[in-house]
Amino acid sequence: MTTVSSAEHTRRDFLYIATGAVGAVGAAAFLVPLISQMNPDASTIAAGAPVEIDLAPISDGQITKVFWRSKPIFIFHRSKKDIEDAKSVAVASLPDPQPDSARVKEGHDQWLVVVGICTHLGCIPISHQGEFGGWFCPCHGSQYDTSGRIRKGPAPRNLELPPYSFVSDTKIRIG
Amino acid sequence: MSGPSTYQPQSKVLQWLEKRLPLGGLIHSSFVAYPTPRNLNYWWTFGGILSLMLGVQIITGIVLTMHYTPHVDLAFKSVESIMRDVNYGWLLRYLHANGAAMFFLAVYIHMFRGIYYGSYKEPREVLWILGVIIYLLMMAAGFMGYVLVWGQMSFWAATVITNLFSAIPGIGEPIVSWLWGGYAVGNPTLNRFFSLHYLLPFVIAGVVVLHVWALHVTGQNNPTGVEPKTPGDTVPFTPYATVKDGFFMACFCILFAWFVFYMPNFLGHADNYIPANPAVTPTHIVPEWYYLPFYAILRAIPDKLIGVLALGASIVILAFLPWLDTSPVRSARYRPLFRQFFWLWVIVCVGLGWLGAKPPEGIYVVLARVFTVYYFAFFIVILPLLGIFEKTKPLPNSISESVLGSKA
Repeated sequence: MTTVSSAEHTRRDFLYIATGAVGAVGAAAFLVPLISQMNPDASTIAAGAPVEIDLAPISDGQITKVFWRSKPIFIFHRSKKDIEDAKSVAVASLPDPQPDSARVKEGHDQWLVVVGICTHLGCIPISHQGEFGGWFCPCHGSQYDTSGRIRKGPAPRNLELPPYSFVSDTKIRIG
Repeated sequence: MSGPSTYQPQSKVLQWLEKRLPLGGLIHSSFVAYPTPRNLNYWWTFGGILSLMLGVQIITGIVLTMHYTPHVDLAFKSVESIMRDVNYGWLLRYLHANGAAMFFLAVYIHMFRGIYYGSYKEPREVLWILGVIIYLLMMAAGFMGYVLVWGQMSFWAATVITNLFSAIPGIGEPIVSWLWGGYAVGNPTLNRFFSLHYLLPFVIAGVVVLHVWALHVTGQNNPTGVEPKTPGDTVPFTPYATVKDGFFMACFCILFAWFVFYMPNFLGHADNYIPANPAVTPTHIVPEWYYLPFYAILRAIPDKLIGVLALGASIVILAFLPWLDTSPVRSARYRPLFRQFFWLWVIVCVGLGWLGAKPPEGIYVVLARVFTVYYFAFFIVILPLLGIFEKTKPLPNSISESVLGSKA
């Protein structure tokens, strides 16, 4: 192919650039549906609607697991000792400092509701295990206390708190 | 591939075809007349073995797809029905599962060979980088294939590996949700992994074509690292390399068959015969053996983000090898110090693999940290400095001289 170089810009140069630019914009626009289709679809989002959980059957000291948005949610009916343990820790000494009061709803100290997914790489920690009375993650050894706070191991953050509210004293609504 | 072809088809039909599509000439110049160094040892047969394994994986994979259902409620059952009901299904699945392990075994030997003999050095940098890309694609394909079984290990491997992306600050969580197509690993994840697992082997095959093309442009390296200088330094690919490759492929198949027929589950995990359960994580989760060294590096570092970055860097750093190794001498035969550091590095790689399967506590963590430091130091400290300080042995004048002595 021979190339003709011209010192002056011609109308043909303009056409080349304009055509190329429109083509590039079109190709980029086509990426939008290609990428977006991988995000959660309408049915997945619909299935993630709030759920109501009756707390009455959960006895003192028990941890139950429910599912919301395909994620396990731990509901921990904490005993007096569990609450005291969680409150007696020096907050500043924690890897992810948070007082126990920021982890529960006011007036409902006995109920801890956390997402049951280790903040390290997503395994489900085992309840009532580890050195701190909360959870122990079998994958990489992270340990959480009775407030769901990370105390030891590679996880960077405390167990996440799902959005929830008390509908009545014995019923919560997650989501 | 260069120069006029010496291919002279005898039959009229082939002559007719050759004038219209010179396919015969291409095959002849690439795999028959192609000059290969006369001193290639058996470590050079693994390229052929890898091509064979890719073929085995594609053929068994296409057949398994005819019986597999990519749905969370049916995937595990369909795999069990392949094992129990489908004619020879057990054989095809065991070939595919153990074939993946053999594929990785062969690729690791192929890579160690490349590093020992300096095969990545100028002018073979692009050839080497294409190889690193093939390896990355293999890792992705192997991981997604393992998930398709939808056992406990499959599910939790998918969860842990996709969660690696959650370490990215700010955009990590949306990326993970995008990868899953939901709020956790689920049916959309399984479906897309199935689609990509079917696609990737053909992408690999495409990059293999580029890899072989680049190989045939620069020519093969050889155990001396000295380029062929005279026609006497080389022999034609057929019959010499064809027969040598074929013989060792057969030997490799004995090992492969031994696993398939006598210990088909040896490399797997019993937990993966439990259907996936999103509510319970198995107490001991470990990846397949071929990912263990990288898993050990991830766990050796107590910080999540840095651990994930180190995991990625441990693979990506391979692509920079041609520029990190500053020595002009290719082969470890003539590099006494490099040879020692290299074998220590091989021991460290295998050691990391061993540590990856151990619980992350006590002495194992300490060893994993020491080994991780050496793994990276080999690339970014030892290799650049060796090029300056190492006193290499004299190179032979030619391949023939190294084989026949100075009388050649």
